[in-house]
Amino acid sequence: MQAPAAVDGGLDAVMQSMAARPHGHAVFTESQYLALLKTRLESSGDLYFRFPDHLEKVTRRPAPESLVIDSGTLTVTRGKMHHTVALAAYPQLAVFIDSIRATLAGDRAALERSFTLQFAADGPHWTLSLTPRDAKLAALVRQIRIDGSGDAISTVETLRADGDRSVMVITPVSDG
Amino acid sequence: MRSRILPLAVWALALAIAILLVCRARYTADLSAFLPALPSQQQQLLVEELKEGPAARVILVAISGADAARRAALSAGLVQRLQPNPLFRTVTNGAAGPTEADQRFLYTYRYLLSDRIDAGFFHVERLQATIRDNIDLLASPLGMLSKDLFARDPTGETLQVITQLDRPDGPRLADGVWVSPDGQRALLVAETAAAGSDTDGQQRAMLAIRAAFDALQPLAPATAPSPAILRLTGPAVFAVDARATIEKEAVRLSLLSSLLIAAFLLAVYRSVRVLALGMLPVASGALAGVAAVALGFSVVHGVTLGFGVTLIGESVDYSVYLFLQGQARAGGGRDQARWTADFWPTVRLGMLTSVVGFASLLPSSFPGLAQLGAYSIAGLVAAALVTRFVLPQLLPANLAIADVAPLGQLFLRVVAPLRRVRALAWLVPVVAAACLLTHRGELWNHELSALSPVPAEAQAFDARLRADLGTADVRTLVVVSAASAESALQTAEQVGAALQPLVDGGIIAGFDSPARYLPSLRTQRARQAALPDPADLKARFLAATAALPLHQERFDGFLEDVAAARQLPLATAQQLQGTTQAAGVDALLVQRGAAWQALVPLEAMHTGPSAYMIDTGRVEAALGGLRSSDATVIVLDLKRESDALYSSYLTQSVRLSLAGLGAILVLLTVALRSLVRTLRVVVPLALAVLVVISGFVVVGHAMTILNLVGLLLVVAIGSNYCLFFDREAGHRGDADGARTLGSLTVANASTVIGFGVLATSSVPVLSAVGLTVAPGAFLALLFGALLAGGTAAAPGSSHA
Repeated sequence: MQAPAAVDGGLDAVMQSMAARPHGHAVFTESQYLALLKTRLESSGDLYFRFPDHLEKVTRRPAPESLVIDSGTLTVTRGKMHHTVALAAYPQLAVFIDSIRATLAGDRAALERSFTLQFAADGPHWTLSLTPRDAKLAALVRQIRIDGSGDAISTVETLRADGDRSVMVITPVSDG
Repeated sequence: MRSRILPLAVWALALAIAILLVCRARYTADLSAFLPALPSQQQQLLVEELKEGPAARVILVAISGADAARRAALSAGLVQRLQPNPLFRTVTNGAAGPTEADQRFLYTYRYLLSDRIDAGFFHVERLQATIRDNIDLLASPLGMLSKDLFARDPTGETLQVITQLDRPDGPRLADGVWVSPDGQRALLVAETAAAGSDTDGQQRAMLAIRAAFDALQPLAPATAPSPAILRLTGPAVFAVDARATIEKEAVRLSLLSSLLIAAFLLAVYRSVRVLALGMLPVASGALAGVAAVALGFSVVHGVTLGFGVTLIGESVDYSVYLFLQGQARAGGGRDQARWTADFWPTVRLGMLTSVVGFASLLPSSFPGLAQLGAYSIAGLVAAALVTRFVLPQLLPANLAIADVAPLGQLFLRVVAPLRRVRALAWLVPVVAAACLLTHRGELWNHELSALSPVPAEAQAFDARLRADLGTADVRTLVVVSAASAESALQTAEQVGAALQPLVDGGIIAGFDSPARYLPSLRTQRARQAALPDPADLKARFLAATAALPLHQERFDGFLEDVAAARQLPLATAQQLQGTTQAAGVDALLVQRGAAWQALVPLEAMHTGPSAYMIDTGRVEAALGGLRSSDATVIVLDLKRESDALYSSYLTQSVRLSLAGLGAILVLLTVALRSLVRTLRVVVPLALAVLVVISGFVVVGHAMTILNLVGLLLVVAIGSNYCLFFDREAGHRGDADGARTLGSLTVANASTVIGFGVLATSSVPVLSAVGLTVAPGAFLALLFGALLAGGTAAAPGSSHA
């Protein structure tokens, strides 16, 4: 067990190195394990991030779909459907999205507004566990676990309150 | 003694009656003076839509200044404060998703609301495909929203009905609220509870918005870069502002022109008492005018009152003539009997000429114009009668007014050099004809908006905000009229089906319809009938999902919900209460008398070849096959229809004015018993009118119906001058002639002052009249003097 100061120091160091990157591109593979389904659901695609608050999740498989989060708005495109909403209108979704976005932006204050944080590090590898503070969100999501190495995230695992879970594996791509 | 009291008693009684009528009259300052009331169905619809339609009750709100975060916070604060206010139906800024009431209604009624539900929906293959699609959706980010519903709604009908309600192309969102494309303005849309024609109700709603905004302001952090600015626009805002402007202008202009004319006349009369007496015909005329309108029309328009200003300009002339011409032939003092015998017939003929001219406005279908006609006729007759019968009784016997003969002589000296080249006046028709021919297409402005008292800047701001919101003006709509709400909804559904190919083909961007929010009972019943019974559904579900990776035993909720939907009481306006969709139905499905109307507003494309334009012909063609027995379907292009309507009134008014002109010619010919004398009176007026029209053409001002009214006034006022010139031609020119000319100069100066003030008005209808009459009246005097027969107007030359 590490001293609290060291915990904070480690988290701050990760956050600072995150915040130092102006943009990033990664590919992802997401597996979802749902109680209603006999098999797991697989999807994959690209993630783009631009500091401080622009995040795109472009799903290529099984069906093309894109999700663009820019500041306070969320745009979903799926086939002919094109849908822009204010994130504020969907608070649960907003908090979930912000867990990843704020981590990528290295915005510790934003994370701490919505979650209690647990941080553990082992050399360059670290694990950040987010537990929702809001009861409504806690009824949906038990915990979000983000694993990373240095300034890169490698997996995001979401444990839902009903026992379902999803694991997103992220591999950075160096663009040109 | 008796003969002196009688006129005064009659006058006092008439005044009392007029005051009573004026006090009991109803006044309005909305824009309906410019909206014709005609019985044809299409026009009736047009007027109803402009006054009562959904577009008329929308207030657009823009917040600029400060910074983006502050604007977003103010936007949210406004919604929070105004949404519960009963003055508003809805106040939206884009932040709100479906409310809990919405979600409950959409979820409960999903199988009756979803467009996809028909007899084929539960076929095994289709059910399988739909559920497979929905599993794909679970894997997507949207799965966050649909996963919890999946066990009870494996086909995704809840998401389907929410998607059905989506606007295809909403405004831009930033910081969670609607903003302009450049992000510099936060935007909100408020729909008032009061109808668009309820100007007081609209004003209360506007005040509530401003009060809420002001109440939020003290919360601004001291670090804010600049203060946030609130601006409202929309038809209702225009109506409220226009009313305030017209009221303010009518008072300001009346006061200003009264003061200026009074100061001028005081300088001429050098007697406060005479000045006060001179105002009696003016005041009596104004009272009689309003009383006549109150008597003949259900409501008096503010513009008519504003027009009262113009009457000061003409009715003050009568007393000018009485005071200045009534002097004894020899020495000082008055000779009333001589004025009555010599001058009154001329004044009376001038008055009758004006009355005939204004009578041509009475049959106008434009309520504003008809009222102007009634006002002018009653006002002029009253002013003339008071001048003839009442004023002489009140004048002191030893009235002494400075002789205006020197003024007349001065005028003659100025005009004399021009008279030598007066043959050039015949060039006027030639030049004017050339002007009019080269600009003949641009003579008249055929757009109703030309009459709008809304400043061009405000109209441009309104257009910009509408473009920002992507809502655009509701300019084209399909109006379904039917005997019942159900029948109107059924037809609206057919209209929607017929319009869909136009949306898919990129002809229109989309349309709204009450049936989107509330399908007809027939449609709901058909969907209910398409839901399989529980045993059948279970068999179909098991077959459809056999090859899918589902735990089939966990979907009992789905079977229960479909079974419940089969028994649901059909959704009506009652079930909709409290939801966001209720506002849509309220606005688009309206009862008008015994009939029901479903309104289907069309949205123009924002890009491409048909951007911002709706091809009404194609819409009509698409709806061509729809001729239901108990409902009528009409495509209404509000701007096109109102312009066409205005244009037809313009044509009507021009015709009526020409008829009035003809009547004036007949009247003069009969009264003067000479065609030559008639021409001598009419030609200077015609020249003055031609010059004014050419002037407008040359400066590029397309004339409106109010310029036409101004031209009628030029004829009315100028005919007095020309009749006096004609009268003098029959007499030997002497000091009397110069005095008459002096009185005309004074009368003309007061007219030019009165209308000159009106020309400065910011209300187009008032300034148009001023800009026409001030130069026109002066030109009428000038041409009258130039063309006056031989010696009369030039006494100096007669002695030479």
